[in-house]
Order: sequence, then structure tokens, then C-alpha cells
Amino acid sequence: MNIVNILEEIEKVDAEVYERLNPRRAAMKQFFNFGSKVAVAAVPLALGSMFKKAYGQTSTAVAVEEVLNFALTLEYLEYYFYQKGADTAGLIPAGSPAVGAINTIRDHEQAHVNLLKTAITGLGKTPVAFTAGQFDYTAKGTFPTVFSNYPTFLAVAQAFEDTGVRAYKGQAGNLIGTPGVLQTALQIHSVEARHASHIRQMRKAPAGGGVSALKPWITGANDSGVPQVDPVYKGEDNLIQGGVNITSLGFSTNASTEAFDEPLTMAEVKAIAGLFIR
Amino acid sequence: MKNSLIEPQEIPSQGSDILNASFKRRSFLQYAGAGLAGVALIAAGCKKEQVSHDMGEGVDLGSGDIGILNYAYALEQLEAAFYAAVIQNPYANMPANELALLTDIRDHELAHREFFKAALSTKAIPALEVNFSSINFSSRDSVLGTAKVFEDLGVSAYNGAGKLIQSKEYLLLAGKIVSVEARHAALIRDLLENGSFANSEVIDMNGLDKARTPKEVLTMAQSFIKTTINASSLPS
Repeated sequence: MNIVNILEEIEKVDAEVYERLNPRRAAMKQFFNFGSKVAVAAVPLALGSMFKKAYGQTSTAVAVEEVLNFALTLEYLEYYFYQKGADTAGLIPAGSPAVGAINTIRDHEQAHVNLLKTAITGLGKTPVAFTAGQFDYTAKGTFPTVFSNYPTFLAVAQAFEDTGVRAYKGQAGNLIGTPGVLQTALQIHSVEARHASHIRQMRKAPAGGGVSALKPWITGANDSGVPQVDPVYKGEDNLIQGGVNITSLGFSTNASTEAFDEPLTMAEVKAIAGLFIR
Repeated sequence: MKNSLIEPQEIPSQGSDILNASFKRRSFLQYAGAGLAGVALIAAGCKKEQVSHDMGEGVDLGSGDIGILNYAYALEQLEAAFYAAVIQNPYANMPANELALLTDIRDHELAHREFFKAALSTKAIPALEVNFSSINFSSRDSVLGTAKVFEDLGVSAYNGAGKLIQSKEYLLLAGKIVSVEARHAALIRDLLENGSFANSEVIDMNGLDKARTPKEVLTMAQSFIKTTINASSLPS
């Protein structure tokens, strides 16, 4: 992450960014020197502090905080889910590649939690806090075997990952004013899509449920085989992109829906996540 | 601010007609897509008569959001041509499931390419000529290894270009495509080595995927593209 580039980008939409950040250009140069040496892990903190000083309570800061806390909620939802799955004896087939895959995904979700917490704190805001006990992964009884039946666990995992992809996608436009935060969100977004791709492959395997028709990408509206998660896939059968009907270009309906993932609004995602929060 | 994808008034100063005039159509490599019976897909059409490596020469992507869309169109052209060739000439003993998955990916990349072409309309760059001489299409390792490079590169390209886009609509469109590229990347990686869908080659300690600047991406992609691409007007 190049902090100088980020500032130059902000300057395009806010010509006074340097003045906002610090009226003394010399001091900013010091910051650049600091920025070039700072560890990658500390960048979100440094960024957050800068924006706090620069924008204080303006609407930009509030919107960004709202998006980041929304994202943090989803990351907690995912992290505790995989943590509990990994910790439940007999759920994930021992000695199979699934163990490593679930651990990898869990570790990414935990890293996202930590990154978002740091960024929100850096903004001078309070990160939302969740404990494992605040989540009900049966979705109030809809998935009673989520931690005792491996295919059910994977089915819920797929719903979480595809929801995550759609949630970040839906918020990108709200981060246009903060390029560094936008890029970070996009870098999380594609990781969630990689997870979704792999979980879908796991569900195709016999042990994972043998959902043979499933693909790593989303075909039409709700290809999961789980009607209870219809809201996760609402609108994924869209064929029109930027005013162009993709089927009119000579592509099948399936390919046209698979080639483009669709966003969900914050309200739609909160409604889905809410099913899993006590 | 661009509110519509198709708005002829927004043609950048470097009109594509002028560019085309400096090109002479010499060769066509046509790949007929199995899933698109009867539709001839032009993977490469125009070849520069005289290649110049001077700054400012080559196919100009343009500036602003249009430049970024043309940048994406260039990458999608590369991917589409690659997968069209893979399906045209499958590697030995390609299993049915791999043929089905790679055919899907080909169709997605063709859809992305044709979408950008239609959306950019008169502002679209011409068809690029590809150079796949380093790829052994009869070798699974070579094909999937190249696919991995292209997909990971594509993901990092969209991740790095997002902040350069001014229009919310275009940013959303890029977002709709990048997650599909990430799904491809994960699948290709798993085909090569199960469980490598998001390993430490591509995901850092903060759980973040890669983001690359257009310059970094085009430097990596140029060896697969004969046409010289001029990205000097892109936002940075």
C-alpha cells in the first residue's frame, strides 16, 4: 500500500487534503518517510489516524465507519463459525484436506476481524464487539445439525461466503472517497470469493454432500440446493449489465449469470446475518 | 462524472478511428467456441504494420474511467483468447470435469470481453494480437499454470484499479467481474494443487489478496500480447 499514491488520489477529489491532514507540508513529508518504513500491519492504524484528524466528524468518516463495522460484524460471524466447526470433534473428516481448508479460511476471517478492528479504532471509532455465544448458527432452528452434520456445515459456509462477496461488493461505491479503505475492502472481497469457490468444490465431493450440479461460480438464483437461503442469492439471476443484456451477445442464460456476481444492499445483508445473531 | 456506459459525447481525444488507421488488418485467428455454435470469435485481428516501442506509441487505452475500462477490456481479451485456444485444442486426456469447468471459464471470459466491447462501443480499443508461443497447449501443467497466472493477475488488476475508478456504476461493474475472476483463480489453483485456492502466495498476513497497479499488471501481461499497449494516459 503506497500512502503517497493514496494521498494523490484523495487530492483529486479533495484538493485540500494536504491542508486538512496537516497545514505544514514539511510535516507531511516526514509522515511520508514514516509511511515508507512502517510495517504493513500498522498501515490501517496509520491511515485511520490520518483520516480521523483530516475529516473528523464529516459525513465521509461516518459512512466509512458504518461500512467497516458492518464488514466487521460479518467477519465475526464467519470467524466464530469456522472456529466452532474446527473445534467440533468429528465434524470435519479427520485426516482429509478439508481440515487444512477450513483452518485456512478461519485464519483469513480472523485476520479480517483484526484488520477491521484496527482500522476502525484508528478512525477514532468503536469497533462492534461479538463473542462466539452471540451467534446462533442453527439460524433459530433452521439448520439444527450445523455442527453435527458435515454437509450442513458446508452448506451454511457456502451461504456465508457468497453473502460476504455480495456484501463487500455492495459497499464498494460507498468507499469511493477513501481510496485506501476501498482497496483494502476489495482485497478482502476477492478472498471471500476464493473461499466461496473452494467451499462449493468441497460440497461437490461425496463426503461434503455430493451436490454434483454445484459449480465454483453462482449459476442463476440460488444454485445451493438449500431453499432456506434464497435471500443469499436474490438477484443473482440478473442478465443486464450496464444496460447490456449479456444473452443478446450470444451467451447462454447460465453463462450470463455466472460471469457476473451481483451485490446485496447493507439492509439485505443485515437481514441475512440477523438470522444468525441471538 | 459518467453516468452512462454508452455515451458517445465522452469519446476521448484519441479516437479509435485514428488508431485503426495506423493498423492494417493482416491476420485473423479464429476460434469457434463449442458452446457458441456458429459464432466465430475473433481472438486476434489487427496487427501493427510497424511496431514502435517509443513512448506514446501503441494502442492507447485512453484516460479517466474509459481508460480503466479499456484496461480491463485488454485483460479480458487476453484471457478470452487463452481459454478459447484451450478449448479449441484440449490437452491430452483432459477429464470431463476439467473440460466442463474450463469451458465455463472460457464462456465467462468471452462474456466479459464482449460486454466491455459493447459497453465501450466507439471508445473501445481494437482487438489485440496475442502471443501464446510460451504456452504448450498440449500440456496440462503449462495450460493450468498459465491459467493460474492470468487469473491471479486479473484479480490483482481489478483490486488495484478499483480506486482509480470515479463512477460508482463502473466500480460496481468491476466488482461484479473481479469476484468471478477470484472464483476462477481458486478453482484453477485447486486443480493444480488441492487446497491452494487462497494460500500464502496470494494472500498476505492480513488476509488480503494482491492489488497491482496497471503498470505492474501490463508489464507482466505484455509478454503474452504482441500489440504494444500504451497506458500512459491512465489515472494513477
